[in-house]
Amino acid sequence: MNKHVSPRMNRRAFVIGSAALGTGLAIGLDIPFGGPAVVRAADGSPEVNAWVVIRPDDTVVIRIARSEMGQGSLTGLAQLVAEELECDWSKVTTEYPTPGQSVARKRVWGDFSTGGSRGIRTSQDYVRKGGATARVMLIQAAADEWRVPASECTVANGVITHKASGQTTTYGKVAEAAAKLTPPAEVKLKDPKDWTIAGKGLLRLDTTDKTTGAMVYGIDVKLPGMLNAAIKDCPVFGGKVKSFDEAKVAGMKGVKKVVKVGDSAVAVVADTWWHAKTALEALPIVWDEGDNAKVSSESIAKWLAEGLDNEQPAYVGNRNGDAKAAIAGAAKKIEAVYNYPYQNHATMEPMNATALYTADKCEVWCGTQNGEAAFAAVLEASGLPADKCDVHKLMLGGGFGRRGMTDYVRQAVEIAKQMPGTPVKLLWSREEDMAHGKYHPVTQCKMTGAFDANNNLVALHYRLSGQSILFSLRPEALQNGMDPAAFQGVAQSGEAVFGYSVPNLLIEHSMRNPHVPPGFWRGVNVNHNAIYMECFMDELAHAAGQDPLEFRRKLMGSHPKHLAVLNAVAEKIGWSKPAPRGVYRGIAQVMGYGSYVAGAAEISVIDGTKIKVHRIVASTDPGYIVNPAQVERQIAGSFVYGLSALFYGGCTVKDGRIEQTNFDTYNSMRINEMPKVEAVMVPSGGFWGGVGEPTIGVAAPAVLNAYFAATGKRIRSVPLRDQNITFA
Amino acid sequence: MANLTINGKTFTLDVEPDTPLLWAIRENAGLTGTKYGCGIAQCGACTVHIDGVATRSCGVSVSEVAGKKITTIEGLAPGDTLHKVQKAWIAQDVPQCGYCQSGMIMAVASLLNEKPKPTDADIDAAITNICRCGTFQQVREAIHTIASA
Repeated sequence: MNKHVSPRMNRRAFVIGSAALGTGLAIGLDIPFGGPAVVRAADGSPEVNAWVVIRPDDTVVIRIARSEMGQGSLTGLAQLVAEELECDWSKVTTEYPTPGQSVARKRVWGDFSTGGSRGIRTSQDYVRKGGATARVMLIQAAADEWRVPASECTVANGVITHKASGQTTTYGKVAEAAAKLTPPAEVKLKDPKDWTIAGKGLLRLDTTDKTTGAMVYGIDVKLPGMLNAAIKDCPVFGGKVKSFDEAKVAGMKGVKKVVKVGDSAVAVVADTWWHAKTALEALPIVWDEGDNAKVSSESIAKWLAEGLDNEQPAYVGNRNGDAKAAIAGAAKKIEAVYNYPYQNHATMEPMNATALYTADKCEVWCGTQNGEAAFAAVLEASGLPADKCDVHKLMLGGGFGRRGMTDYVRQAVEIAKQMPGTPVKLLWSREEDMAHGKYHPVTQCKMTGAFDANNNLVALHYRLSGQSILFSLRPEALQNGMDPAAFQGVAQSGEAVFGYSVPNLLIEHSMRNPHVPPGFWRGVNVNHNAIYMECFMDELAHAAGQDPLEFRRKLMGSHPKHLAVLNAVAEKIGWSKPAPRGVYRGIAQVMGYGSYVAGAAEISVIDGTKIKVHRIVASTDPGYIVNPAQVERQIAGSFVYGLSALFYGGCTVKDGRIEQTNFDTYNSMRINEMPKVEAVMVPSGGFWGGVGEPTIGVAAPAVLNAYFAATGKRIRSVPLRDQNITFA
Repeated sequence: MANLTINGKTFTLDVEPDTPLLWAIRENAGLTGTKYGCGIAQCGACTVHIDGVATRSCGVSVSEVAGKKITTIEGLAPGDTLHKVQKAWIAQDVPQCGYCQSGMIMAVASLLNEKPKPTDADIDAAITNICRCGTFQQVREAIHTIASA
């Protein structure tokens, strides 16, 4: 145990540490003397309910089902529970239940999935109820002890008071009795305007260990007798292992075994990962690459370009009037074609998982954005039933959507299965991580806008061509073949609604699915849809000879929430006043994940090729804000992620495989390239939107539109490095 | 076999001379606070101090650091209290996922050793670590807070 860790962090480290050792949060049922059952945490403390465990020393352990990957929802969810619980925030600690425990208890913790910016917004109601229910039970237990009506008792900071009799007690003292009570059928939740713990920019609960090296990520797991595995999957997606020559590496230092993993990968298991990786690089492997080896970025681009042709079939996602006819009869029309490439998540911590398989048990330790999906993968790969499997979640060294996938979990189990009784940690090299991502999908978009004689926009045709994520990952979610998520940010209804009213509108998707596996990459389809639409809005404004902000405003009368965030950034950046000399502005807005966001950038450009970003202003309306300090960080982080992809990103395909291999060919922004992001939070209440992803949608278009303002040149292709444009 | 001095302790490690220091630290010395990010000295997640100088440990072999003083994130704190950079990181809630922060903190500690009051330009030049979460704003503000203390 690190001697510098604060007491609270000691407990947190203990939970993680004990999970890493396999004890987890062992839950036992205790039925003394035939009374009501009390469910107990690993240390014997009583559960008041599934969300709240209270120790005799008044420590409140809040259970968190969603995963923490830096986005701060571990702290935010704890704030929501603590708010309703009325406990002492300084005594709060957290722990993860395991998916196996949840399944054994009829999914008492609900969904574990942490993606789609849903961590807080889709569990806020039941976790708040969990806190409120526990509070009612704790007060009742005190009232019972004092033989007074519960209605005469009050609570603050975990101290219960009966004013009339002058008695006080603490949660820690009554938790045992409270745990035996029947929970109330109904509880009333606080009005967010009365919040004192939630809604505040409290410090995160998980910081100290992240500054001392004590935090245990998946890559840091240590188990007795553990071996390490390095893996190489066929570089061409869909290819297979034909053969490998184990004898060539069998004598290398530390090597224990060479195993085939599924039909497409080979792993070397050794005493250390460095030995495993060294041997893997020396291992001759013959691949059956298959026909996909013929695919290149050029062939994909050609195929997608064909989908821009109106004669090709397409799914209609949003329609109003008759756009094609209106365009045909318009006084003026403009057209533009944009494209956006594959992107790798490039989490700082490469994929990894540790598995221990025995004849009757399989356990996995890993960072995952979806504990239950990882659990299902363990069941399937091990062939063991649910009560013989479990997943111990650890801190994620970044997720961004990548760790919602379970490929690395499955591989770890398949390796461990070939070495029963020996725990094996599988770690991907950065090169493997770059070669086997679940990439942001590739798309192109042709947009046509038409004006009447008075420069009013009368028609807009948005024709997207490219890859569907759901087609590959959740085909059951397709609607008669259509991917509804393809229209994120330009949809007619739902949580990512198009923010403009155009009398004749056609938004459609010609679906083309190359062999490169797509995935949910922070912001998902909002990324390219917002770039295409918001850059084209700028083009339309220019064609109409109007200010880009004023042009948008005229189309947004029926979308007051979209407009409000746009106005908020315009005001903050000073849109109505001239920018400093040599500095140019761009603006963009989009709705995604139930939230309304807008962004504006001030840039200067040297020689048309060097961009200096001076200022970024971003506003967001997510309905409610649970931790403004963390929301601010998510907004700023979205710009770093989105602008890294714009300037440096882009994964290209050659001979069926991804060409980029590491951060030297897939770079990421550094501190010198990133200005301060001025966040403007305008929560309007009445709905719960997400925070982690929507802002990324406006990052690139704000800068691209500013680039046009500075240079008069449109950039319609990402990444900028392909056009020799970089940071100044 | 290699004898390495890490955080003031001597470790006798069963490693080949060309083993990258990063893996000797993580796997042989068992100090996992130093992180693997790229293996090609691009990202800085593995930054340690070698004789006080911030160095990317994935790009240095064990044979190159014999007899030198290696400090990892676990040994940064001078005694029973946290190092000023760690304290500032906690007070200003710098980390998000935190994975890059061991390296970031080691790089910042080294910068502050050389330049106790760094300008923004000094920070830009010295701190080249990748952070995919995008904590740069908090990193910069925390450095200035330390410098002005």
